[in-house]
Amino acid sequence: MSEQIVSELMRQYVYRLAKGGHRADGRALDEPRKLTVQTGYVKTAEGSARLKLGGTEVLVGIKMAPGAPYPDTPRSGVLSTSVELIPMASPTFEAGPPRPGAIELARVVDRGIRESKMVDVGKLVITPKEKVWVMFVDIHVLDFDGNLFDAASYAAVAALGTTIIPAKAHGLGENIPLPVEHWPVSVTTAKIKDQLLVDPSLDEERMADARLTVTTDENGDIRAMQKGLSGSFSYDEVKRIIETGQRVGETIRPLLRP
Amino acid sequence: MEDVEHIPVEMKLIDEKGIRLDGRRFDELRPIRIEAGVLGRADGSAYIEWGGNKVLAAVYGPREAHPRHLQDLARALVQCRYNMAPFSVSDRKRPGPDRRSVEISKIISEAFAAVVFKEQFPRTSVDIFIEVLQADAGTRCAGLTAASVALADAGVPMKDLVTSVASGKIGGVVALDLNKEEDNFGEADCPMAVVPRTGEVVLLQMDGHLTYQEFQKAMGLSLSATQKIYEMQRDALHRKYSVTLEELLKEQAAAPPMPPEPGEETDVDFDMDLDQGGAP
Repeated sequence: MSEQIVSELMRQYVYRLAKGGHRADGRALDEPRKLTVQTGYVKTAEGSARLKLGGTEVLVGIKMAPGAPYPDTPRSGVLSTSVELIPMASPTFEAGPPRPGAIELARVVDRGIRESKMVDVGKLVITPKEKVWVMFVDIHVLDFDGNLFDAASYAAVAALGTTIIPAKAHGLGENIPLPVEHWPVSVTTAKIKDQLLVDPSLDEERMADARLTVTTDENGDIRAMQKGLSGSFSYDEVKRIIETGQRVGETIRPLLRP
Repeated sequence: MEDVEHIPVEMKLIDEKGIRLDGRRFDELRPIRIEAGVLGRADGSAYIEWGGNKVLAAVYGPREAHPRHLQDLARALVQCRYNMAPFSVSDRKRPGPDRRSVEISKIISEAFAAVVFKEQFPRTSVDIFIEVLQADAGTRCAGLTAASVALADAGVPMKDLVTSVASGKIGGVVALDLNKEEDNFGEADCPMAVVPRTGEVVLLQMDGHLTYQEFQKAMGLSLSATQKIYEMQRDALHRKYSVTLEELLKEQAAAPPMPPEPGEETDVDFDMDLDQGGAP
């Protein structure tokens, strides 16, 4: 997800602002951008959410289909997450097979959902060892203005939260809501020199030295983490980022639950 | 062969009174809503809801064409990518281009190449992206109609907007703008696109079975429908840009007049002439 070159002027401007506790868009350093969620947007999907996090816009659709379980988990449903960074969303996205950036993004979103045990996959078995429900989480990025990790993760969680298992259409009984047990929320922090900024905008993200995504559940427990980019964090910074993630996560969670 | 029982033997697509399954007459369009300028990053964009279709279109460029060997020294390339979201159809579609999307992308590119003033931008590419978010038959027409508004929103110079619609045949009757059931169980489908001001046909496809007379009837329905859709496209652009213009005029009225540079001639009348020139 490399972006174009950032001018030195912009870099200094953003850094100086951050040192004084400010950001170019007027936010506090630990304040995420405005989040709006619209669920049930796509009628052809079993669950969907169109979500805006500041200027970043993401559409997630969930398709459910009966399929074979993995041989090592014969009594669990399957979660399959993929991301399309379609060229519509940014001048820097190109058509073609997913690049490492898109694959990392899909895996981080997947990990948050999977490791938090958001969905009780034990209830998605149709015939043990043979047939289970497969959840296809397809993340479509429509407008890219930074921090896809959180935008995609929020949209996926909100979409899963409204998903109905289409059992009737497959002759498998009545339709039921997806068994959702937990509500993971990821919070991504970017580091620019010695400053930590929550939910980085595109400009901030482009000049960040390091990035840390922390996914916590409703108890504040950590369910997944991912550090990115070539910079580093001190242990003290990591702790601060986790604490901020827990606090910010609490404010976001109610917006994702139906 | 075993699947025969899934196909309704007598699916009445149109009844004796000429009313279709969704309540329309043979010459009625589904409800259409178009919005211009809906995305932040793209140079131009548009969103269209057309019956059960939800389609986004975005335009980038003219920008440097790459890979370089594709560059045309004399004119711009017009490149379209039509793509369906995996969740836009009832059975999940595998992500990425299939043969159908490649073909649709090609014919839409060619349709727009007929109206864009390509010679003004040598070595560049005008990139058009169409994303089908929810599909209900007629996605290429909806996508093309939206992309046309997105091109105008991006300020790409062109002869005119392009407007697209399909007609077909259902239950023996030639009808306008088929929906999903009608497309699946109908006898023919014929999508087309025209340049409304000149009447040039820039896209035309047909599959199924139509007599020559039926074809002419279908084209007649499509042509008169494109006039209505053309108005909706223009209206979407007016809604976006007329507001901006009002704000601009308000801003200008509020701002103190710029003092003329000493020794430089100022032609006040020039601006007035422009204002009186009026809209095209």
